[in-house]
Amino acid sequence: MLATKVIQDQGIHVEGLNFYTGFCVEGHTHAIRKKDKQKEKKNSSLWVAEQLGIKLHIVDISEEYKDIVLNPKHGYGQNLNPCLDCKIDMVARAWKWCQENDFDFVITGEVIGQRPKSQRKETMPLIARESQVQDRLLRPLCAKHLPETLPEREGWVSRDALYDFHGRNRKPQIALAKSLGIDEWSQPAGGCCFLTDESYSKKLQDLWDARGERRYELDDIMLLKVGRHIRPASNYKLIVGREEGENNFMRGYRSQFTYMFATSHSGPLTLIDGTPSDEDLLTAARILARYSQGRNAEQVSIEIVRTHNQPGQVVQVVPMPIEEMPESWIIH
Amino acid sequence: MTTHELNARNLLCPLPVIRTQNKINSLDAGDHLVVYCTDPGALHDIPAWCRVHGHTLVSTTEISDEIVIEIEVVKS
Ligand code: SF4
Repeated sequence: MLATKVIQDQGIHVEGLNFYTGFCVEGHTHAIRKKDKQKEKKNSSLWVAEQLGIKLHIVDISEEYKDIVLNPKHGYGQNLNPCLDCKIDMVARAWKWCQENDFDFVITGEVIGQRPKSQRKETMPLIARESQVQDRLLRPLCAKHLPETLPEREGWVSRDALYDFHGRNRKPQIALAKSLGIDEWSQPAGGCCFLTDESYSKKLQDLWDARGERRYELDDIMLLKVGRHIRPASNYKLIVGREEGENNFMRGYRSQFTYMFATSHSGPLTLIDGTPSDEDLLTAARILARYSQGRNAEQVSIEIVRTHNQPGQVVQVVPMPIEEMPESWIIH
Repeated sequence: MTTHELNARNLLCPLPVIRTQNKINSLDAGDHLVVYCTDPGALHDIPAWCRVHGHTLVSTTEISDEIVIEIEVVKS
């Protein structure tokens, strides 16, 4: 937002690009979880575009992005976040878009030292080089720490009116925002992508381990955002809804999974991912009973549906006591 | 003027906005697009996207769990 404003204030026409990877936190999660329903569900990049008075193009790259997540040339950050490859890819896409739409250069809001892996002084030229944008990539917020770019050399942008921010201290940026009349901004970068989340990354790794191969579909990564994931054995796992909003969302997946729910007590919807045996389904039913209102009952009736819209099988099970459920089953 | 329809039901934001944007890019000025969606986030996002791109929001209607948004395409 700030970088755009700085460039706009030099009289330059800017348009925004927002890439949808499938791992974006906002939108989805708030739409799914009932407790988040009260939160205002505005899309922050659209909101920013509106504040700045610029057009915003949202590009769905979720399919092509798989290659970045699965095979990052520069490796992962703390979790399964391939930030450096991700940035190179996004800048490359932005530059391609510029060429197709008669724009002259790309700007990003990067600040040297703000992110330990992807925003170091050494990574700045690397991103410019590998994305092939070269010296048409301008970082207005830390430009003074970097070599002159083409837009500066050509006089399209005045270097004097760019900044020299660095490090994690956001105070100078906040002060600049205030001086530019921006007093409300969306969440700073980070925390907006599930791949930086430890628990989410563990679930994704577990999915790959259990499948014996590193691949995913959009539905897989959506479902990693909801429910408790419990894996009693490598051939199957349970996804147990944690609240009404999640149960509603998971209902949309009933035709793709074996699923179960309690009929004698209220309780969550549970999807079973994998290839469970009949015995595994009974174990799953006992686990589900534990998360139902019947957790202290002697028996709970669970309906197991293998094919959606076909009659299910009702079984009576004893809820699994906590001592029987190893901590290692719960993926978090 | 032609009226087109877009089914964005069961898609979570920002996908309804992306589908709307991609569809509108292929339409002519004056055409209308009626988007059907279920994610309440679309009630914020699609009108915001229209404002940002200068398209006219004709109406938004909520019928039980379904949201219907009608847009008139404006090309600058
Ligand atoms: S946090 Fe996510 S979206 Fe952002 S650079 Fe890293 S991988 Fe890409």
